[in-house]
Amino acid sequence: MKRFVYADNAATTKVLPEVRDVMMPFFDEVYGNPSSAYSKGTEAASPLMQARETIASLLGAKTTEIFFTASGSEADNWAIKGAAQANAKKGRHIISSKFEHHAVLHALESLERDGFEVTYVDVNKNGVIDPADVEKAIRPDTTLIAIMMANNEIGTIQPIKEIAAIGKAHGVTVFTDAVQAVGNMPVNVKELGVDMLSLSGHKIHAPKGIGVLYIRTGTRCRTLIDGGGQERGRRGGTENVAFAVALAKALEIATARLSDMARVKAMRDRLMNTLLDKIPYAHVNGDTDRRLAGNLNMTFECVEGESLLMWLDASGICASTGSACNSASLEPSHVLLSIGVPVEHAHGSLRFSLSHENTEEDVDHIIQTLPVIVQRLRDMSPLYNSTMARVKE
Amino acid sequence: MYSEKVIDHFTNPRNVGEIADANGVGEVGNAKCGDIMRIYLKIDDNGIITDVKFKTFGCGAAIATSSIATEMIKGKSVSEALTLTNKAVIEALDGLPPVKVHCSVLAEEAVKSAIADYYTRRGEEVPPEAIICDGCCDSCDSCSTHAE
Ligand SMILES: Cc1ncc(COP(=O)(O)O)c(C=O)c1O
Repeated sequence: MKRFVYADNAATTKVLPEVRDVMMPFFDEVYGNPSSAYSKGTEAASPLMQARETIASLLGAKTTEIFFTASGSEADNWAIKGAAQANAKKGRHIISSKFEHHAVLHALESLERDGFEVTYVDVNKNGVIDPADVEKAIRPDTTLIAIMMANNEIGTIQPIKEIAAIGKAHGVTVFTDAVQAVGNMPVNVKELGVDMLSLSGHKIHAPKGIGVLYIRTGTRCRTLIDGGGQERGRRGGTENVAFAVALAKALEIATARLSDMARVKAMRDRLMNTLLDKIPYAHVNGDTDRRLAGNLNMTFECVEGESLLMWLDASGICASTGSACNSASLEPSHVLLSIGVPVEHAHGSLRFSLSHENTEEDVDHIIQTLPVIVQRLRDMSPLYNSTMARVKE
Repeated sequence: MYSEKVIDHFTNPRNVGEIADANGVGEVGNAKCGDIMRIYLKIDDNGIITDVKFKTFGCGAAIATSSIATEMIKGKSVSEALTLTNKAVIEALDGLPPVKVHCSVLAEEAVKSAIADYYTRRGEEVPPEAIICDGCCDSCDSCSTHAE
């Protein structure tokens, strides 16, 4: 049988069997509406409460500060639009960065159309934001700072603790999109000092379609989804008990497995070093230290990312690319461009994102497969010889 | 998202390479746009394309359209090759996703640009059918005249 290697865990992850097992009873046994007063309802309400407690304690939050949403994107939209609107009388200026996820960037664009102003601070060539740049961008009318904790394409980790302290000193609400960070590094809202934080289930081996927004008590944030009084009146919609329970279980497992992250990092480093060694004209995009353990983003000059993905797919390997040819917009990755990667190199980028589920054999398979693919595509690339000659000069 | 034909031409591209004594060479696209196609033609004294090779930097569709375009013009006369349209390339591949239509335009233009080079080298006037824009394929209005 052909080997299958799933190395795109930043895109989504598989649901772990233990996670699947805890949620199954909530479909056809414990199916009551948690808001119903009869016992069929309360039997669903208490697992929901437990899930909330588990998540709160793993994140260092209070139970009343955890709100379930239908996705990471919803949590991002809620935090940004909710905080901006709630503070609109005080000011209409927001600080964010150029390399946020589109859930954040497009929520900000929507606010800009409504008359809010956004300053997008630069990201340095290593993919890290300087807290001093954030502080410099603060104005009297600034009400919100929205900076991600770890980037989804290049995995670089941002100085959120420092940024949260700056926000606090200036009385500005700080929100961080921790969708990629949670489960891959320790995340504690009290230690970070942030006011709001988002996470998503499907990045940590829970199902797609569940997220959480942490809202610190006392943070002004307007409701995004009006409805029937669920989530303490702040987020309408009958609760997805099955997925909430699954998310709590997944977060529990992910937190326990943080101690094993060194193994994931060792696999990533071996993959990185071997590919750099075997493939000339290859670069790593983004800082190699301040980076999520499983993330590797590389550029292979003179080849295009989508054709790399197609060949990898033919060899049973799943990865992703920042090439324009792989996006409906035909725009190359805004993340790579934000850190100064030339457009030509963005087209030739490839992201591998490993998780605990990957093995050394997976890494071996990629190492055996990719150099051959790159060479095959370079052999038919009109850029290859001329570029190589230029480099040799 | 791709037809079997596209996958076949991507994984087993026909006519990859260069022709040392080509008498018509054309290149379109640029690295910034993410695709470059270069086509080499060997045209005999009767105006028949006896050999054709290509080199392409680009996505799966760019490689597949280059490959099938070389097959479609090999053995044909120059004037026949000039009637190759991006629509015919798409049909021969059993379709392309809408965002990849521009790759078929590039393939048509790469052929035309190689033929234009052939006329130029002979000191002859380039026929109007062989004149193309040489920018990023979808950056100019001329592309709107092609099939979607
Ligand atoms: C950094 C980041 N934020 C937000 C999201 C959106 O999460 P979801 O897919 O649950 O809407 C993702 C994942 O795609 C992400 O990587």
